[in-house]
Amino acid sequence: MANVSIRDVRKSFGTVSIIKGVDIDIQDGEFVILVGPSGCGKSTLLRMIAGLEDITDGEIRIGPRVVNDVPPKDRDIAMVFQSYALYPHMTVAENMAFSLRLKGLPKAEQAKRVQDAAASLGLTPLLDRYPRQLSGGQRQRVAMGRAIVRDPQVFLFDEPLSNLDAKLRVAMRAEIKELHQRLKTTTVYVTHDQIEAMTMADKIVVMHDGVVEQVGAPLELYDRPANLFVAGFIGSPAMNFIDGRLDASGLVLSSGAVLPLDRTPPVAAGSKLTYGIRPEHLQIAPAGTLGAIPATVAVVEPTGSDTTLIVKAEGGNLTVLLRERCDLRPGEAVALKPVSHQAHLFDEAGRRVATI
Amino acid sequence: MIDWLSPEEWTAVGLSLKVALTAMAASVLPGIAVALILERGRFWGRQVLDVLVHLPLVLPPVVVGYFLLLGFGRRGPIGALLDEQFGIVFSFRWTGAALACAIMGFPLLVRAIRLSIEAVDRKLEDAAGTLGAHPVFVFFAVTLPLILPGILAGMVLSFAKAMGEFGATITFVSNIPGETQTLPSAIYTFTQVPGGEAGALRLTLVSIAVSVAALLASEWMARRVRRRLAA
Ligand SMILES: Nc1ncnc2c1ncn2[C@@H]1O[C@H](COP(=O)(O)OP(=O)(O)OP(=O)(O)O)[C@@H](O)[C@H]1O
Ligand SMILES: [Mg+2]
Repeated sequence: MANVSIRDVRKSFGTVSIIKGVDIDIQDGEFVILVGPSGCGKSTLLRMIAGLEDITDGEIRIGPRVVNDVPPKDRDIAMVFQSYALYPHMTVAENMAFSLRLKGLPKAEQAKRVQDAAASLGLTPLLDRYPRQLSGGQRQRVAMGRAIVRDPQVFLFDEPLSNLDAKLRVAMRAEIKELHQRLKTTTVYVTHDQIEAMTMADKIVVMHDGVVEQVGAPLELYDRPANLFVAGFIGSPAMNFIDGRLDASGLVLSSGAVLPLDRTPPVAAGSKLTYGIRPEHLQIAPAGTLGAIPATVAVVEPTGSDTTLIVKAEGGNLTVLLRERCDLRPGEAVALKPVSHQAHLFDEAGRRVATI
Repeated sequence: MIDWLSPEEWTAVGLSLKVALTAMAASVLPGIAVALILERGRFWGRQVLDVLVHLPLVLPPVVVGYFLLLGFGRRGPIGALLDEQFGIVFSFRWTGAALACAIMGFPLLVRAIRLSIEAVDRKLEDAAGTLGAHPVFVFFAVTLPLILPGILAGMVLSFAKAMGEFGATITFVSNIPGETQTLPSAIYTFTQVPGGEAGALRLTLVSIAVSVAALLASEWMARRVRRRLAA
C-alpha cells in the first residue's frame, strides 16, 4: 500500500492543454474518486498515474518514489478499464493469473491465488470459460479479480460500472466498497456519476475542464460546495440557482421581485450574486406566506418514496424535493420557504461567499 | 492422375509451389515488423517507408523486375556483394523468382497485417502493462495472438500473389524450365507455341485449383482463430 501525491501535474496533447495544473494528495488506504463531466480529463489523469500517458509537467509520486519516468509495469498498480480489457484468447483463470505468470510464481501457487480471488468474487464456476461466454457483470468481476490477484500498491478504476445496468451497478458499488474495506488498498476511482462518487468515496475530487474544483469528503462537498460548479454538479436533483443583486431588502431579481434573505451576507450591497438552494431545502407553504417565494406548481413527479415538484417562480423554474407524498396539482399556487442555514450565495466569479 | 500433366508441367507446378511458399515464408517476419512500424511508429521517414512498401502495388511488375535486375543481378551492387560475401546468387535462379514474388506480394501482406494491428484494442495492451508486463511480453502474449487472423490472411494473399506473379519474375530471372519457369511463365510459353492450348488449359486449371485451395484453407484457419478471439 502507498500514498499517491500529484503535484502541479499538467498534460497537453500537442498544443491543446488538457490537464492544467492538478494537485491531489491521496493517503495510504484511501478510496478517492475523481468525478467530473465528460471530457474534463479524469481518464487522462488516471492514465498518467498508471504510466500510460506521459506527464507533460509536474510530478507524481507513488509512495516515496517519483514515478514520472517509471514504466507502467514497474509502478506496482493495477488498472480496471471501463471496457474490462479481458484477453479474449485466455480463460477466466488465465486472465486472472496474468500478473502471477509474469512474476514467475509456481503454477500451484498461481492456481491457489486465482482460486481464492475467484471465490471471493463468486467466479469459481466460471474459471474455465472464455470472456465471450460471460455476461457484462461477470466480465467486470473478472477484470477486478485480475487486478486483485496482482496485489498492487494502488488500484486504478476507470468507470468500471458504467457498462452495467442500473441494478447491477448499485450491487457492484456496494461490493467494491466492501472489497476496499477488506483489502484497504489505496484506490483511485474515476466516474462521471456523482451518486457513485457520493456513495463510495472517502474523498471526492471534483474536476472540471482540466482543473480541480474542490477536494473533500462527500458530505463536505454537498454541504459546503466551494463554487457554483461543484454546487451544481454534486447532488441529484441538482441545486436551484437564482441570479440577482443584493440590496437592503434582500436579493433583487431581474424582474424586480425581491427574494428576502434571512440574514445579511457579508458582501457589499449592490453586488451581483447567485442564490443556490437544494431541492430538499425548499419547503411548501400556503400561497401568500410572508418571506416565502411565490410559485406555481408545473409538474408533479411522485417516485414512491418521495415527490419531485417543478415549480415556476420569479427566478425561473425551481425543483422541490419532498420527502412525503403530496396532493398538489399542476397550476396550484404555493409559496416556497427556504430552510435556514442551507442556502448558498455565490459571487460573480462563482465562489461561495456565504451560507445563510 | 500423375500422367495428366507432363513431367515438364509437373516441374513448373512444383517449382511454383516452392517459389510461392518460400516467398511467403520469407516475408512473414519482415511483414509483421514493417506493419508494426508503419502502424505504431512515430518517426521521421515513416511516410517514405510507407510509399516504398506500396510501390510494387502500383508500379508495372516489369519495372520492379528491372530494378531487381539492376540491384540484385550478378553485377548489381547488392547482388555482387551477396555473391562475394555469402555466395548467395539470385539472378536466373529460383531464389530470384522467390525474391521477386516476395517483393510483389509484400504490400498485400503488410496491408492485411496493418489492418489487424489497427483493430487491436489498445486497452488490452495497456492493461497488460499495468499488470506488470514488459512491452516485448505484451507483444507475444497479447498483440500477436490478436493479430493472427490478419497475419494468416496476409500470408494467403502473399502466396496467391506469388503463384500468379509473372512480369517481375520473367524480367528478373527469365523463363528457364526447371529453374525459373513458374506456372504463369509456363502457361505463357504454351500460348506462344502452336498446339500449346491444351497444356495452357491444363496448367490454368491447376493454377485455379491451387488458388481456391489456398483461399479455402485460409478461410478455415481464420474462422477458427476468430472464434477463439471473439470478444
Ligand atoms: N490521445 C489524445 N490525443 C488528443 N486529445 C486527447 C487524447 N486523449 C484524450 N484527449 C482529450 O482530452 C480530453 C479529456 O479526455 P479524458 O478521456 O481524460 O476525459 P474524461 O474526463 O475521462 O471523459 P469521459 O467521462 O467522457 O471518459 C478530451 O477533450 C479528449 O478529447
Ligand atoms: Mg474517461
